[in-house]
Amino acid sequence: MRITLKLFAGLGQFLPAGAKANAVQTEVPETASAHQVLEQFNVPLEKVHLVLLNGVYLDAHARNESMIKADDVLAVWPPVAGG
Amino acid sequence: MAWTKKVLRVNLTRGTVSVEPLNMEWAQQYLGQRGLASKYLVEEIDPKCDALGPDNKLMLVTGPLTGTMASTGGRYSVVCKSPLTGTIACSNSGGYIGAELKNAGWDMLIFEGKSPKPVYLYIRNEHVELLDAAEVWGKSIWEADKILRKKHQDPNVRISGVGRSAETGCLYAGVINDLHRAAGRSGVGTVMASKNLKAVVCRGTKGVGNVKDPLRFMQATEAGKKVLRDNAVTGQGLPAYGTQVLMNVINEAGAMPTYNMRETQFPGAHKISGEAMHQPRESDGKPNLTTNAACFACTIACGRISTVDRGHYTIKNKPEYWGSSGGLEYEAAWALGSDTGVDDLDALTYANFICNEDGFDPISFGSTVAAAMELYEQGVLTKEHTGGIEFKFGSAAALTTAAELVARGEGFGRDLALGSKRFCAKYGRPELSMTVKGQEFPAYDPRAIQGMGLAYATSNRGACHLRGYTVASEIMGIPEKTDPLATAGKPELVKAFQDATAAFDSAGICIFTSFAWTLDDVAPQVDAACDGEWTTEKLLHVGERIWNLERQFNLAAGLTGKDDSLPKRLLKDAANVGPAKGHVAELGKMLPQYYQIRGWNDQGVPTADTLKRLGLS
Repeated sequence: MRITLKLFAGLGQFLPAGAKANAVQTEVPETASAHQVLEQFNVPLEKVHLVLLNGVYLDAHARNESMIKADDVLAVWPPVAGG
Repeated sequence: MAWTKKVLRVNLTRGTVSVEPLNMEWAQQYLGQRGLASKYLVEEIDPKCDALGPDNKLMLVTGPLTGTMASTGGRYSVVCKSPLTGTIACSNSGGYIGAELKNAGWDMLIFEGKSPKPVYLYIRNEHVELLDAAEVWGKSIWEADKILRKKHQDPNVRISGVGRSAETGCLYAGVINDLHRAAGRSGVGTVMASKNLKAVVCRGTKGVGNVKDPLRFMQATEAGKKVLRDNAVTGQGLPAYGTQVLMNVINEAGAMPTYNMRETQFPGAHKISGEAMHQPRESDGKPNLTTNAACFACTIACGRISTVDRGHYTIKNKPEYWGSSGGLEYEAAWALGSDTGVDDLDALTYANFICNEDGFDPISFGSTVAAAMELYEQGVLTKEHTGGIEFKFGSAAALTTAAELVARGEGFGRDLALGSKRFCAKYGRPELSMTVKGQEFPAYDPRAIQGMGLAYATSNRGACHLRGYTVASEIMGIPEKTDPLATAGKPELVKAFQDATAAFDSAGICIFTSFAWTLDDVAPQVDAACDGEWTTEKLLHVGERIWNLERQFNLAAGLTGKDDSLPKRLLKDAANVGPAKGHVAELGKMLPQYYQIRGWNDQGVPTADTLKRLGLS
């Protein structure tokens, strides 16, 4: 299935060349978990901090479950904050 | 140094200065900075006074950790009654002047009355003079800074002052220090200018003293720095990407106030984000971001220093803007960008430079421009009102021209300088003002982050993110994750953030340390520095006392529980995209519980028992 993966801040370096607006459309297996998608792009999981699936937070447990559907948007950040 | 135990009182009406001892009983009850100056204000002014009259007082105040080796110990605040909101105002700033005031030997400066002519205060340790400001009145703070530095022949002076926006009565003018750090919110600069006070020029060479237990203080501050260094957010995330990294986070979470808060996601967010600031521009091959920067004693260094493309329309023939300067921070980027629909990063950077140069709050300014754009779109405003400007959402030219007009207090800028509440009322559409108690919203839509709705509604200085930043928990999971769309547990969360924040502020340190520190990390530092015993429990109690003191001021000023509200748009119009689709701000579900846990009655008034418990009766 096709989803959109967005890698922000320092994780942007793991996007393929030509990615625009920190996003790439990609094919992933129907059963893929967030972590499996990230491994597909060689993103070191220890650098992963904030994971949003369609804007909704995924906790550590949910990141290993197959809950991604076609056309979903998976957005990921290293440790960030602000205000 | 911990408290210097000295206050400098300046009577501007008479042109006199006097020295008095710091009230140490109050220092034990309110710690310093925000809390301590609020206590002085409550004791010394009538809360119903005209904020822009001579009876209001203006206080520049440091905390006990300001000027010390404690990480981020450079903060100071400007405290007075606000002309924008009618509430108590406390605007906090970093940079270097807070530490300089402390090194000159002062905990606090209190300005009272009104000078018959423009003046500035010159401080060199104990030497204090009120000097004629005719040469710098009518000049931007950037120009005034240059002139005053040259006049005093001292490159090491630190300067806080107001620009032309404050002099011409912009109700959200701030006090700018070190060129681009700002006590930015609530119109504290307008109050300063109303007293004919242009600037404070300070040089302090006395160094650090009065620390209760120097060895323990060194150990405690070093332990604190290690926590900041080892924490991924304060050690890596903030220095590399600054606050602007939030642009994409908040947009993805569907909490990005857009088009005067009509929408909750901005299609152009990626063009004005922290990531975009790192990207080389197509035009000149250079990135917008030049470097990061730190305030005094800060080991985080989240500040952004940027440069606009010299070929950009805003500065093409203006070499004075070709250098680098402060910004964009997330709050400015949001208000100048997504709320107005402008996705031109260099235009936002230029508008932010103008806000710094002439000293006005980019949040309130951007939000007021956004309201004007909505009124223009609806045909309520026309080119006749705007002086010929096509004032459409998305127009970078409208935004940057508006900034220049507000800076100088000219034309349509005089209307925009009223702030969103008065502006929308003037044009007959008060419901389009996105404000609480007259202060414009920061960068988080409360339909998508429910705790922030309650934090905005109950903030003692009107809509504000720096009084209880539950975004940390609701979006980023600091210190633990809560569901941003849920209301259960939020009253407790908001109260906890509000009380702790008051304690952080009053110590003289930056609230950004709280991404890594809890009060358990702060207490040993305060305890080693200050007379008395300072535990986590005492700091929390002091924080709660400060919150209730500020509330008491506002109630005495004439505000009531009815002012703890949100604009109808946020309460009635559901978000139409993103994770919050279908949600409104559920303030009604949280406010009664909040009053209850605060120990307030159902009208939002602290009960006699609460006041007694906090030593406020």
